[in-house]
Amino acid sequence: MLFAHSEEHRLITAAARELLEENCTVEQLRKMLSTGIIRDPARWAQIRDMGLTAMLVPEEQGGLGLDPVDFAGVAEAAGYVALPEPLIEQGGVAIPLLAGLDGGRCWLDRALAGEILAFSHPQQRFVADAGQADALILVAQEAIHIVQRDEVELIRQESFDPFRQLFRVEWTPRSGTMICRAEEARGLLAEAFERGALFTAAQSLGLAQRCVDMATGYARERVQFGKPIGSYQAVKHMLAGVQVQIEFARPVVYAAAAELAAGGLVARSRVSHARLVTSEAADLAARTALQVHGAMGYTWELDLHFFMKRALALGSAWGTLMLHRERVVERMLSAPIGPGALFASELELSA
Amino acid sequence: MKLQYTTAESAFRAEVRAWMEAHVPKHRLPSFDLTREGFEAHRAWERTLHAGRWGMVTWPEAFGGRGLDLVRWLIFEEEYYRAQAPVRVNQNGIFLLGPTMMEYGTAEQKARFLPPMAAGDEIWAQAWSEPGAGSDLAGVRSTARRDGGDYILNGHKIWSTRAVFADWAFGLFRQPGSERHKGMSLILFPLDAPGVRRRPIARLDGQLVFAEIFLEDVRVPAFNRLGEEGQGWHVCMSTAGFERGLMLRSPARYQVAATRLVELYRKHQHEVDTSVRNAVAKAWMDAEAYALSVYATAGRLMSGGKIGPESSTNKIFWSELDIHLHRTALQILGDRAELMPGAPDAGDVGDWLEDYVFALAGPIYAGSNEIQRNIIAERMLNLPR
Repeated sequence: MLFAHSEEHRLITAAARELLEENCTVEQLRKMLSTGIIRDPARWAQIRDMGLTAMLVPEEQGGLGLDPVDFAGVAEAAGYVALPEPLIEQGGVAIPLLAGLDGGRCWLDRALAGEILAFSHPQQRFVADAGQADALILVAQEAIHIVQRDEVELIRQESFDPFRQLFRVEWTPRSGTMICRAEEARGLLAEAFERGALFTAAQSLGLAQRCVDMATGYARERVQFGKPIGSYQAVKHMLAGVQVQIEFARPVVYAAAAELAAGGLVARSRVSHARLVTSEAADLAARTALQVHGAMGYTWELDLHFFMKRALALGSAWGTLMLHRERVVERMLSAPIGPGALFASELELSA
Repeated sequence: MKLQYTTAESAFRAEVRAWMEAHVPKHRLPSFDLTREGFEAHRAWERTLHAGRWGMVTWPEAFGGRGLDLVRWLIFEEEYYRAQAPVRVNQNGIFLLGPTMMEYGTAEQKARFLPPMAAGDEIWAQAWSEPGAGSDLAGVRSTARRDGGDYILNGHKIWSTRAVFADWAFGLFRQPGSERHKGMSLILFPLDAPGVRRRPIARLDGQLVFAEIFLEDVRVPAFNRLGEEGQGWHVCMSTAGFERGLMLRSPARYQVAATRLVELYRKHQHEVDTSVRNAVAKAWMDAEAYALSVYATAGRLMSGGKIGPESSTNKIFWSELDIHLHRTALQILGDRAELMPGAPDAGDVGDWLEDYVFALAGPIYAGSNEIQRNIIAERMLNLPR
């Protein structure tokens, strides 16, 4: 038992963070909004060149063969910069799904080469990124289909977060597009949902820390009554309270990532636990940062809104908080609890 | 990262469990804060633990320990709480002073103080706070005047946990004339030394959980000073780091309490609504999160990392979790929540109320949560003082 990150994990996470923080600044986000081009092909290419979309693909299929703990570190970094490009939806959810499909090799290669395969998971009402997708992964009667974009009707749903590209998809399934039958698809779709929820949690964690960092930066500079406002305990204690929530959400996220493969009720409940606490942390962080910034934080001119909007959007992505709370309660009441029953490996080794 | 116990770790768990099942007293011992008899019953338990070499498993063998790593410490604690073994009467000694002495004590001091501490022969109280120095601990006025090879101690200490019946105390004393963080030394003194007078202070429910200590020309050898003269603040903060950090509140304590809460909920689930169910789930999740966080800290320390200011987040988290957990239990008990366990219609109220009263002290002791928030804000978030 060693709950500690490997040196390799630290290196990968640090490299991804450096790349994203250098290439996804708030100035760039503003420029994208002003030009109306809300996906940056150059940045997407850099992300792929670093192998970030291929992390969860086995080496024999052309991927890096890394594990969900490593990808969670990248997702946290993506949340920290409010990355517009679909790294999480592609590299964390859709691409590993394609890698698990028997007949998915050519689609996997195309996705690894940078094409977007927007994924309509049955537990998600809207499909992200379908507008610029080359094809869509759709589910009908539990079977998985891959369909060209021009064969479906896309109804755009505008989000409060201008970088979220959401659509409702209208289509009529045809047998020729089916790529995986219901029997095999069920397990793959369930696993995809867990990945979506887990990496959403990791992104929320990064967003929460970004909001705290912005607020502490502002509180050090902004002077009122002759002193930086960050020297007042009313401000300090609010921010310290948020940092406590972040510190105790992080191990939950990484435990969920480390146990994702166990796959049973206990492991799934940890993913839900992670979704709940990171959502709460991101929500509290965003509102606290708004309060610390005062009226400035409420303006378009200040950058805080980029992160607030993403935090709000991710709060109900990949399962509502209600759904995740029900899953936690189910586990709490039906599986062993207490000391010695903390880890899925102790309870679900056979899973 | 593999969150799986090794075969050896699982075997260790089985060994602890078997020993606990054979040795833990069948009935809850009388409180160590009410009577000498209760105190001595807990001392006897410490001796039993020591005889089995379970007194302090992380300590080196030379001092009565087993030299085990932090994961095994966690496993030991899990089994300890699972077995509902007695609360450690010597926790001020073994969890606070002990680790500090490992770091700052001389070889002679370790040999003199650690073995009787591990054995329960010397039970420790802490003597930090004073009437005028609570959260502002640097306001300590008690003095240690050097007199040849001795110190002469004078002053007034308060809120000294366990001091009513304990054998020894460790406290902060300053060189006469010194101010604030400078000139303080950490000094150990026997509570039965001539010139020491103790006055018990009753908690709001009447238990004598702490005492005032009056010191009048108390003579102790300079050998009893831990760390360099004048470095007491620094040494003391390292003790506080252990206290807020890992040792004082092992996660198993809350996991067991949360498990009991879930059982209580299960029994009464048809009498309460979803808001109570969600409060139970939050208590249980927070207990799990605290445990995961301590495993992660243990993992970091075992991989060569250090405890930093983030230990202040621990104290806030467990103290708030403890209150939430016990308040939720009282909610489930409904109109019986206020009953003392002996009341005719008390039913299954058990110790929930008493444990709630104890939880209420959590945000106050070991550095109030407001002080912890200052530490987090200034040392983790780099906000100005």
